Amino acid sequence: MFKPFTLFVFNLNKTNVFIQAKYATSVLPQFSANKYAVERKKFGTVSPSDIDYFKTILSKERILTNEEDVLPYNIDWIKNCRGQSQVVLKPRTTEEVSKILHYCNNKRLAVCPQGGNTGLVGGSVPVFDEIILNLSLMNKIISLDEISGALVCEAGCILENLDNYVREHDLIMPLDLGAKGSCHIGGNISTNAGGLRLLRYGNLHGSVLGIEAVKADGTVIDCLRTLKKDNTGYPLKHIFIGCEGTLGVITKVSIHCPAQPRSVSLGYFGVEKFENVLKLYKSAKSSLGEILSAFEMADNESITSTVNNLKLSNPIGHYPMYVLVESHGSDEKHDSEKLNRFLSEGMETGLILDGTVTSEPNKMKAIWNIRESIAGSGLIDGYVFKYDVSLPLRNYYDLVEDLRKKLGDRVTRVYGYGHVGDGNIHINVTVPQYSKEINSELEPYIFEQVSKLKGSISAEHGVGFRKPQFIHYSQGDTSLQLMRDLKRTMDPNGILNPYKVLPDVASHE
Amino acid sequence: MARVLVGVKRVIDYAVKIRVKPDKSGVVTDGVKHSMNPFDEIAVEEAVRMKEKKLASEVIAVSCGPTQAQETLRTALAMGADRAIHVEVAGAEYETLQPLHVAKILAKLSQDEKADLVIVGKQAIDDDSNQTAQMTAAILDWPQGTFASKVEKSDSGLTVTREIDGGLEVIKTKLPAVISADLRLNEPRYATLPNIMKAKKKPMKKVSAKDLGVDLAPRIKILSVEDPPVRQAGSIVPDVDTLVAKLKEGGHV
Repeated sequence: MFKPFTLFVFNLNKTNVFIQAKYATSVLPQFSANKYAVERKKFGTVSPSDIDYFKTILSKERILTNEEDVLPYNIDWIKNCRGQSQVVLKPRTTEEVSKILHYCNNKRLAVCPQGGNTGLVGGSVPVFDEIILNLSLMNKIISLDEISGALVCEAGCILENLDNYVREHDLIMPLDLGAKGSCHIGGNISTNAGGLRLLRYGNLHGSVLGIEAVKADGTVIDCLRTLKKDNTGYPLKHIFIGCEGTLGVITKVSIHCPAQPRSVSLGYFGVEKFENVLKLYKSAKSSLGEILSAFEMADNESITSTVNNLKLSNPIGHYPMYVLVESHGSDEKHDSEKLNRFLSEGMETGLILDGTVTSEPNKMKAIWNIRESIAGSGLIDGYVFKYDVSLPLRNYYDLVEDLRKKLGDRVTRVYGYGHVGDGNIHINVTVPQYSKEINSELEPYIFEQVSKLKGSISAEHGVGFRKPQFIHYSQGDTSLQLMRDLKRTMDPNGILNPYKVLPDVASHE
Repeated sequence: MARVLVGVKRVIDYAVKIRVKPDKSGVVTDGVKHSMNPFDEIAVEEAVRMKEKKLASEVIAVSCGPTQAQETLRTALAMGADRAIHVEVAGAEYETLQPLHVAKILAKLSQDEKADLVIVGKQAIDDDSNQTAQMTAAILDWPQGTFASKVEKSDSGLTVTREIDGGLEVIKTKLPAVISADLRLNEPRYATLPNIMKAKKKPMKKVSAKDLGVDLAPRIKILSVEDPPVRQAGSIVPDVDTLVAKLKEGGHV
């Protein structure tokens, strides 16, 4: 028996398109600092004596300093951003995180907290030489209360592993997203990730019961309770949900898991135009009622890109729009009656042109896989400009058509897909390689349009490194000022995930 | 124009985690999602394609099992089969139903229905027996083309490409014949909504093994069903020296 230390790793039984897509092309992206002309702030530089200190906290294999070893941690998975960090630290306990941060804060060393590195706005990779604090080894499940559904675990647990675990106990994770095979629950919460089932189970501000986080100075903030109700003082846990690691590093979480539905069905339909997608959404809400768990759309170009680039098969023929409707219920008979009524109405009125419906797990998995793979499929084209916006449903798809007209054949594809039920659309523009010219046509144009329609420039991806300069399209001056005040209170030296979320005062004004 | 009989088995969906019953008498099936055996889906798809190419006149789907087997037959009908025969086998009899029983049933039905071709999946993913096609062919004394990855019409019958160890084998058979479908034969379609609706109205006949004169007396007794041994967790060592040291320590080198 040789077990120096045992890693708690679950089997991943499916090919992960994210990993495939990540290595589709081997060209390294440009340094973010050069690409986006950022200036390094006055932080300390990591010296050999700092590494020596870290060696007193972490065993040496949990400190990566080789250039090749550090490289993958410097690049985000859409190959948009590349940092220049020279050291990755992999703590295993909250105490280690606390010691590391306490030291870095005193030495003014900047830190970039990192989870599964599946973020889409460059929030999880450094910009300059920030120390990467990777939480992947904090992957232990601490407890699960089968009655209340409260799961307590460390921040580095992979979402899919948690979901597999709680399913053994007839529960499910309240969130599900395409990156589930790689993303960490801590990262999900730090970025307030939305995902595919937000429509039914609500967002993380509702399902997160408690958080343990470490402040920039190393102080551990213990709000790791499992209570549904707790009105004692300011709601501190909420400060960390969506702060993208700029106010503290989440180390443990407690999250409410709903009961696993006994009956699940999935429909995948071809629809003639976007207007009909909305009509179908309205019909789904009234026919399916409480069992509606997801209502997603993807335009023809999204599905074509996925099917062609990733060699997946499309269950039905070519249609201008595709809709995916999922139901979660407790009684198969009752649910299928509802679903049948919805389907026959949809077919009779011509809202559904063709489609398929199934409750076989393997087929549902295959259909979801098509939807979930859209995000990664564009990478095969070369470079993807990704936007994640909330818009009033009436105008949900307008921007995609508008961009298609504006950009014409200067880009490979423009496509839109997303969570219709949440008013959240993902707009992707693919090009053979990054182009400043296209970038300047897209930004700030898209944000201006979204702002005019009173939407949000970042629905679920966050602000990260890529959008601080646009945050004012969605947040007023006084709100931004309060955010700055909070940042100053919690991280006076600004060492936590610098260059992210909040714009520099000078550059904004 | 041939009449094709397709065998479809209802099995636990392959995306579901299998659990062994605490008393080790079998696996838990109650409340567990089932679907059509994937190899049988391929068999149905091939039969339906033959009909679309006007090589077949009628496709009959057959399933042996409890009432829920009718759901599997509905799926076959939604994929394009014309009618279905449900051979009801329930309870203890179903627990010990073996390929030999199924082969006898299929053989009898092939004769009753005047089928020219029987297509089944090469094996079911639950018991992995891989016997039904071969036994059916033997009982009927028909030629067989097992592990088919390609089936084409030739003058006097069929040309079947078989997947064998280390390559492919091409054989010719006369009709009537028995074919078993391998993974690469085709990619089964998804049942589309209009076809799912139509399938509800297609005829489904229910018969018992007794009606067919097939004796289902068990020929096996299940002694124990066990979980596979749990794989030992791996570990990460910092460098090659440690690895070698650990291997020596464990007596592996």
